[in-house]
Amino acid sequence: MNRTYEVMFIVRPDMADEDLEKLNSALENHTTGAGAAVKHIEKMGKRRLAYLVRGFHEGIYVLFIVEGKGEVVHELERRLRVTEPVIKFITVRVDEEHKRLEKMKKLRESRRRGQGTHAATLGAEAPVATAGEPTATPAAPATT
Amino acid sequence: MADETPRSATGPAAEGDAGRTGRPGGPGRGGAGGPREPRKYFRRKKVCKFCVEKIDAIDYKDYRLLGQFIAESGKIVPRRLSGVCTPHQRRLGRAIKQARNIALLPFASSRP
Repeated sequence: MNRTYEVMFIVRPDMADEDLEKLNSALENHTTGAGAAVKHIEKMGKRRLAYLVRGFHEGIYVLFIVEGKGEVVHELERRLRVTEPVIKFITVRVDEEHKRLEKMKKLRESRRRGQGTHAATLGAEAPVATAGEPTATPAAPATT
Repeated sequence: MADETPRSATGPAAEGDAGRTGRPGGPGRGGAGGPREPRKYFRRKKVCKFCVEKIDAIDYKDYRLLGQFIAESGKIVPRRLSGVCTPHQRRLGRAIKQARNIALLPFASSRP
């Protein structure tokens, strides 16, 4: 029973690219070692922050999508808190949300499919209805 | 009570006593024009943007979409002004608060 989490953190802007890579791979190795799976790592680039964080106006955003148990993410958070270049982080649990979105999608699909079959039968009758006036249905001769 | 009758001859006749309390958010056209318009109990039809465009996921990372629902001061726009339906407003509020925590949106901007 694995939960999916999105861990987004901000790294100070004056960090070099390779240091960032090192940090990311270190975190990833630790997470996979602890039994979770890092589904995706996304570097969202340097962005201007909405407010001052530890004296910085800008930061490099990184997003981890982790699938695992709560303790692993707890430990990951602890590491982020301790790591000096990381200035802010947030963890959001997303598996429930994804489940809900899947359900909505399936509902929409089934609704569309159901309407699709009904529309198909209507479509077969439509040419007949539009050719003659809608008032004349059974064996309507040209009533123009 | 006799004082009220000469007022109806001169000023706007349609307003009742409730119009003078200056309740904000009148018939949907803005509170400033309230006392002059007759007090109707319906609002101009405002639709929920998320319901219309069928946006299911309100993501905290999508700061451009969320930014449409915050005021200049950074406050979350109330439902009666933005026209969002209740379940979407709740999700929107939660997403905005998450975005604020990760510095994608401000808590408070400079007030005009």
